[in-house]
Amino acid sequence: MATLMTERKRSALTRNRLPRYSPWAIAAGAVVVAAALMSLIGFNVFGWAVLSAVLFAVANVSAAAIVEGRRKAVDKMMTSLVYGAFLVALLPLVSVIWTVLVQGIPGLLTPGFLTTSMNGVTGAVDNASVENGTPVLGGVYHALVGSVLITLWATLISVPVGLLTAIYLVEYSAGNRFSKAITFLVDVMTGIPSIVAGLFAAAFFAMILGPGTKTGFVAAVALSVLMIPVVVRSSEEMLKIVPNELREAAYALGVRKWRTILKVVIPTAISGIASGITLAIARVIGETAPLLVTAGFATTINMNVFAGWMASLPTFIYTQIMTPTSPSNADPSTQRAWAAALLLIILVMLLNLGARLVARLFAPKTGR
Amino acid sequence: MSKRIDVSDLNVYYGDFRAVEDVNITLDPKSVTAFIGPSGCGKSTFLRTLNRMHEVIPGARVEGKVLLDGDNLYADGVDPVTVRSQIGMVFQRPNPFPTMSIRDNVLAGVKLNSRRMPRSDADELVEKSLRGANLWNEVKDRLEKPGSGLSGGQQQRLCIARAIAVSPDVILMDEPCSALDPISTLAIEDLINELKDEYTVVIVTHNMQQAARVSDKTAFFNIAGTGKPGKLIEFAETATIFNNPAEKSTEDYVSGRFG
Repeated sequence: MATLMTERKRSALTRNRLPRYSPWAIAAGAVVVAAALMSLIGFNVFGWAVLSAVLFAVANVSAAAIVEGRRKAVDKMMTSLVYGAFLVALLPLVSVIWTVLVQGIPGLLTPGFLTTSMNGVTGAVDNASVENGTPVLGGVYHALVGSVLITLWATLISVPVGLLTAIYLVEYSAGNRFSKAITFLVDVMTGIPSIVAGLFAAAFFAMILGPGTKTGFVAAVALSVLMIPVVVRSSEEMLKIVPNELREAAYALGVRKWRTILKVVIPTAISGIASGITLAIARVIGETAPLLVTAGFATTINMNVFAGWMASLPTFIYTQIMTPTSPSNADPSTQRAWAAALLLIILVMLLNLGARLVARLFAPKTGR
Repeated sequence: MSKRIDVSDLNVYYGDFRAVEDVNITLDPKSVTAFIGPSGCGKSTFLRTLNRMHEVIPGARVEGKVLLDGDNLYADGVDPVTVRSQIGMVFQRPNPFPTMSIRDNVLAGVKLNSRRMPRSDADELVEKSLRGANLWNEVKDRLEKPGSGLSGGQQQRLCIARAIAVSPDVILMDEPCSALDPISTLAIEDLINELKDEYTVVIVTHNMQQAARVSDKTAFFNIAGTGKPGKLIEFAETATIFNNPAEKSTEDYVSGRFG
């Protein structure tokens, strides 16, 4: 009869392994040693954190190299590098969000900030609010309206052009020379500096409507120059990954090509196309340079994109910082600028969330 | 309805490459014809020329005649869309439309062509087609669920239901069972046997037992070597092809001595 083998106390399989608590112990040691070293050269929190991290990584890798062997040491070194790179990449992002939050929240919470324009808010008004300590007057309503309208019109122009171009490239061109030229030009367009797009729109409308034409629509055309290549590229990729089998299945049922594209190919790819479009919108809503030369600045509400100058959030921020309403008391303008920046970030974030939601809503259903 | 197909002097090309050479064959109505042969011998390519699906591939073209009850599919002015609505096709991999429910998949041929159909007629067509594909009992309680949620065998039968819902004259099947397990394969084979009462069925298969089980006539295609065109070697009653073939290469292939 076979006897059951009892489990050995110290397994041969776990030989040469550092105990589980070792990273924590090394981390604690690194923090203490770093603190000691920093106190010698003058203490600051940032340097302490960096030094602790470096010491921890070096000690952790060396310990593994001595006890566990080369493979584990390389593993730990690469893990440290990957985490380090991640933290470095995250640092500016967190810093930006933190700064904008801290600086922007007071302005954003000021009553009337979202519901009033800058109409009638002069240097004297700002001076008075600083001297009397009353809340800052004036708001961002006109710029918010401008941003939304200009972006909406840019979307209305770019989506049909971009989507139809993508459909031509994927479904009809069959890789001919013309399509290669389009693809090349679209790639070039992706790299156009935004100010050039703005100058193009300004020059184009100056030519047909006379010099100095600045309206929301001109700005929308400038933004659509930036948006179209993004929409073409993302829609093209999405249409390409629709399996050919689905097109053939539709053809085999006697369905015409344009109906196959409209009813089978696009619905299958719509979630990707929609989120690509949303991301393209998020990309252009923060553009400043093209708006400066095409829509001008305004301090009043303008709901008509075809006439008159129009404010937008990025140009609002720019003018508030560069030319404060009251040159002697710049603080109210600075506060409004930060609040507008925060608002812009929130808008972009909402658009990104919207893109995810859209992708999920339109995604082909699965389930039994 | 069921129609006969006469193919004469058919050559099929991919660009400059001739994939299939000089095929002459007659497919009888209300019968099952099987195409067998080694991979790359052009049987699927040939099958796709029978409903003008071949030309969907860029650079592909066809020379010769395919007569559907006397009408040449490749005559000038023939709309491939008309051809395909009369000659349905089932593909190797089940490909239900992922954005549509089971019901909409069956009605795809009608809906995608935006023919209006009263609700009751549509319901009737869905039931008739799904019953025709032996799928009704399995899916009747979940017609609004997505078609991609079905098992592979069920999806393939859904594709057959979709093909027969447009009431074609001919059904082409390109290795319909190669992605399926033996049970689902049996279900499809039973279905093919029933379909031949109403349709002309053409099936491409790699499985010689399957060809022997389901077909009335069998065509053996072969290829002389890589880069050479595929040819129709022998076409006869299935029993003849498997028991007493005229050609040596057919005998080698069906007895497993080939390759």
